[in-house]
Amino acid sequence: MSIPKNYRWRKFVDQVMRGSTVVATGCAVIPLIAIIGYVLTLGGSALSTQFFTDVYQPPNMAQAAADGSTPAFDPNDPFAGIGVPDDGTAPADGTALESDVYAGGPVGGVLHGIIGTLIITGMGLLFALPIGIFAGIYLSEYRNERYATIVRFCCDVLSGSPSIVAGVVIYILVVIQSQQFSAIAGSLALMILMVPIVTRTTEEMLKLVPESMREAARGLGAPTWYSTFTVIIPAALPGIVTGVMLAFARGAGETAPLILTVLGSNVISTNLFAPMASLPLVAYRYTESPYPGENTLAWGAAFVLMMLVLVMNILVRVATRRRAGASR
Amino acid sequence: MAKQQHAESWSNGKSVFRHGDVPFRIGTVVLASCVVALVFAMGAIMFLSSSEARTAFGWDVLFGQVWNPVATELSEPEFGAWPAVRGTLLSSLVAIVIAAPLALGIGIFLAELCPPKLSTPLSFLVELLAAIPSVIYGVWGVFVFVPFFNQVFSTPVSETLGTYIPWLAGPVATGRGVMVTGIIMAIMILPTIASLTRDVLRLVPNTQREAMLSIGATRWETIWLAVVPYSRAGIIGAVMLGLGRALGETMAATLLIGNSQRISESLFAPATTAASLVANELTNSVSSLHESALITVAFALFGITLVLNLGARLMIWYVDRGMAGGRS
Repeated sequence: MSIPKNYRWRKFVDQVMRGSTVVATGCAVIPLIAIIGYVLTLGGSALSTQFFTDVYQPPNMAQAAADGSTPAFDPNDPFAGIGVPDDGTAPADGTALESDVYAGGPVGGVLHGIIGTLIITGMGLLFALPIGIFAGIYLSEYRNERYATIVRFCCDVLSGSPSIVAGVVIYILVVIQSQQFSAIAGSLALMILMVPIVTRTTEEMLKLVPESMREAARGLGAPTWYSTFTVIIPAALPGIVTGVMLAFARGAGETAPLILTVLGSNVISTNLFAPMASLPLVAYRYTESPYPGENTLAWGAAFVLMMLVLVMNILVRVATRRRAGASR
Repeated sequence: MAKQQHAESWSNGKSVFRHGDVPFRIGTVVLASCVVALVFAMGAIMFLSSSEARTAFGWDVLFGQVWNPVATELSEPEFGAWPAVRGTLLSSLVAIVIAAPLALGIGIFLAELCPPKLSTPLSFLVELLAAIPSVIYGVWGVFVFVPFFNQVFSTPVSETLGTYIPWLAGPVATGRGVMVTGIIMAIMILPTIASLTRDVLRLVPNTQREAMLSIGATRWETIWLAVVPYSRAGIIGAVMLGLGRALGETMAATLLIGNSQRISESLFAPATTAASLVANELTNSVSSLHESALITVAFALFGITLVLNLGARLMIWYVDRGMAGGRS
């Protein structure tokens, strides 16, 4: 038994390359853990009951409330309430800094954003559901038609196109025409993004229903439409619901189209035809803000969004695994 | 018993119910056509609304060097989005150069080397990366990654290597720039490429591996010489889909790239991307020409991602079909 000379080298290459795939996987898992960790710790520390029940407060208003001092904001003397002398220079000993607006803690909450996100995403989902579910039924029940391939490809185009494009289209169609940023425009933009998700999951879930069930229904004399609504959809319902939940989570996190359509707001608004607040917009705008208090709100909003996504994904995971187990 | 009643009620039912398949088919086809119509409508609306800028500047809207929306006494407004196009291409290039090899490694590990017990949770973790909303990557990038990367990589590299190589030159300043954006985008597109790569690798028939192992190849040689080449087209398709996502990424770019219209050689310098240009300026556009120029940019983005999607789907479809033929 002689071992070929280059065998050791080949073995070495084998182990190095196999090791490097492990390293590559680590490279994906490390940022994931870092992002989730930072959002959970920094975002979690921003949470309080006030965070969920209060709306946005401008930094100097909150500062005045914290001091117990009454003067909120005098436009003629903007430095009055915050301990800076009238000429705008800080005293040399630095005492003024203690009541500086920049030093304020977390102020206000994001209730306006939570309400706005629920309304905008919910409306978008309502628009997307009929198209998505019926297109999914078409793709599954008439799956061999040539037209189904075209629909499938258009679905892929929709889900692959940048989310800002949906915003631009609705901006042209709705915002320019109505001369008004509005929540309903945001819902329409989110609809464009949610339709492909609902369609493809509905299709996949309906395809999982065994062919024998379709045959049994047909054998009893049921037409296709009746068997679809009473046999096949009920069998696939848990899967379809998970698809709808994933679409909701995806829509709730979309920011780019909302910048162009909803614009954002700092107060609670339930008027569908006016600008509205939304969690991702809260996270985006307050990240750009120079006030640490608003930055903290941004972390908090990111935390709520992250929890939404994590919970939805884990629920879906559990639900689909149970389904897979049951069908076995 | 209940079933029998059901069947009886069917035979006694009106004929429109028994032959309801025609309306059912028409209904599903119409709603499925909404998906197709949406794609064409999006293209048509953006094409029509961009006509003003296209007739005024032609291809210069995309390749002109100067972007100056505001008319002054000294200069007419001019719209050339080359700084944005260049920023998009550069940041996506950085993203793909980092993400493609890593994702290939992850795909190989998940499909070929990973113990089955680890494979499911790891796949779930990697797919979770894809579900996190892009604005959270932006928030995390601004507050955590940019300062960290600035201190650990940008500043030292620009002070040493940067004095010789112009595209690594300083000043780093706030740290926002092409390189940072590219890295965050790489994290975002990793799961897209990795999970598709894993899927196409799993489609490779086992005979391929067995033949290679039986002539004495190591595990790595089997993977690299027999499995990966077999699914090459699918992997290229996955990378194209990832590239499409990076090109259209809006929120992370808007928050991290610095939004500067100045063209700089250095990767550490701020720049702008097509998507962030649209997100920043469309709602504040100063003239209808400005608006139409921005819509042209969005239209170009839509067109590019459509072509990339078409190519990627064709590649993946080709692999899928080829292997189905090989297995039978």
